Amino acid sequence: MCRTHPSEPSAFITSGDSPIMTTRRGFIQKTIQGAAVATSGGMLWSYLVIQNARAEPLALRPPGALPDADFNALCIKCGRCVVACPYDTLTLAALADRAPLGTPYFEPRQIPCYLCHDIPCKVACPTGALSPTLENVMDSRMGLAFIDTEHCLSWQGLRCEICYRVCPLRDKAIRVETRRRELSKHAMLLPIVLSEGCTGCGICENACPTEIAAIKVLPAELIQGKIGDHFRMGWKQADGATPGSGPGDTWKGQMDAAPAQGQAPGLDYLNEPEF
Amino acid sequence: MATKRQTTPALWNWRYLILRRVVQIGVLLLFFGTLHWGWSLFGLPLLSGNLSASEVLGQVTLADPFATLQILLTGHGLQAEVLLGAALVLGVFVILGGRVWCSWVCPVNLVTDVAGVLHRKTWRKNLFALPHHLRYTVLALALLLSVLIGLPAFEWVSPIGAMHREIIFGLGLGWTALVGLFLFDWLVVKHGWCGHLCPLGAFYSLVGRHTAQIRVKFDQSTCNGCGDCQAICPEPQVLNLKRLARDGQVLSGECTNCARCIPICPEKSLAFGWRLTQPGSGSVPAQHRLIMKEDNP
Repeated sequence: MCRTHPSEPSAFITSGDSPIMTTRRGFIQKTIQGAAVATSGGMLWSYLVIQNARAEPLALRPPGALPDADFNALCIKCGRCVVACPYDTLTLAALADRAPLGTPYFEPRQIPCYLCHDIPCKVACPTGALSPTLENVMDSRMGLAFIDTEHCLSWQGLRCEICYRVCPLRDKAIRVETRRRELSKHAMLLPIVLSEGCTGCGICENACPTEIAAIKVLPAELIQGKIGDHFRMGWKQADGATPGSGPGDTWKGQMDAAPAQGQAPGLDYLNEPEF
Repeated sequence: MATKRQTTPALWNWRYLILRRVVQIGVLLLFFGTLHWGWSLFGLPLLSGNLSASEVLGQVTLADPFATLQILLTGHGLQAEVLLGAALVLGVFVILGGRVWCSWVCPVNLVTDVAGVLHRKTWRKNLFALPHHLRYTVLALALLLSVLIGLPAFEWVSPIGAMHREIIFGLGLGWTALVGLFLFDWLVVKHGWCGHLCPLGAFYSLVGRHTAQIRVKFDQSTCNGCGDCQAICPEPQVLNLKRLARDGQVLSGECTNCARCIPICPEKSLAFGWRLTQPGSGSVPAQHRLIMKEDNP
């Protein structure tokens, strides 16, 4: 196993980090060892990457971001969306940040997405990780707002409704329901998020006056349920189909069909104090 | 040797090193200045993005061809914009020599160069030997894993990307990876990262391997075989004397065109020049060429 060929000038090192294979046995051994190192290294590498991609499902992406698996594959981590954002909303995740390494995300409590009509972040994206097919920023679905009614000023009986007033899709993404109360107490004005309209921009979370925001935005799949097709609510539709499965079957429609003012509209009866 | 060295002005000997640092830091500054200080030309942002993908003057997209290749291998189609950008960058380095990227642009080179100097001056011990061609295995793994896990495998762990992003977009914990690289290169394996492991370096070693036009030329008539060039070269295998004599130039794609060897040569036997289409002196007999090929697969 000579490292230097005899004809080599002695002052010069040759490339030889790896000795020349002299025997078939040696060659096979090296090959097997190499394959073992490559396999174990490759697996460790994969774990790291997959773990990183899945570990943080809380990140809110810029408007038009494709579903996670596609977004994570396509995002080249160049940060052009970050540069393009006029409000400095977006951040590229550094190591140990709350999003997969190098990908853009935002925290609405710091700076929300202000839903620019020309969507500069999407325009800047060179790979299509931010979908080039998104035309209207109001159609983007960055996340879904939800209200912690236990700590919401409005739900506790104070007048606030700030989230409703700042919402760029007022009455489409957040509506206010009035509820009667006892004499000498004013009526309650209860903000309710409508998932069909909510873009997840987080302007509500940013504006919420409580110490810790009582309205927050999270990726919809973390908080949104699904009724399932096998339930039949015959009183809702003549054909007995499940609400939420038809195109015109909106929350607003259910509200309109709800009984008198102050009574619980169908799905929301669990929030009633009497219950 | 020593007298000859003293006859040249000291700064002149540092010319390529200084130029490289100016280019490396300049590229970082262009990105940084565009984002943080609003640098622009004719009202257009100078250079937005980072080395993974960027936009020059709001018009021309540039993209990392290796990152682009990994994304394509995940099975996702890409917009023409980024494909053109990658082709443009690839074209430049096919002509310049792929690893020009490594020693003239890559920010990690700033770190590993310092570690390399420290290794040479203070330590000089390797814990173990890594083969130079290990990087091609890492490269193959990066491409294979991109297919298997559906994520661009190297982009998700790249210390190069992490360093560049964090310098431009804000500090996180990516610097810890660089501390790791620094210690590894300094105390464990000389030029361990850039010279043995980095798959991006391996990728660029293959780019322009046969087409790179700017090469280090070798004048056999003046060379006295002192070996100073190999001692300073981060990729000493590219300065194999027999190959130099045969080709009259450094042909290996692993040469980074860093030009450390040029000012260090006491006989001025090395210089930048255009690639020779015909092999050089051909002074080595044919049967020895066969042996050399086996020496350096």
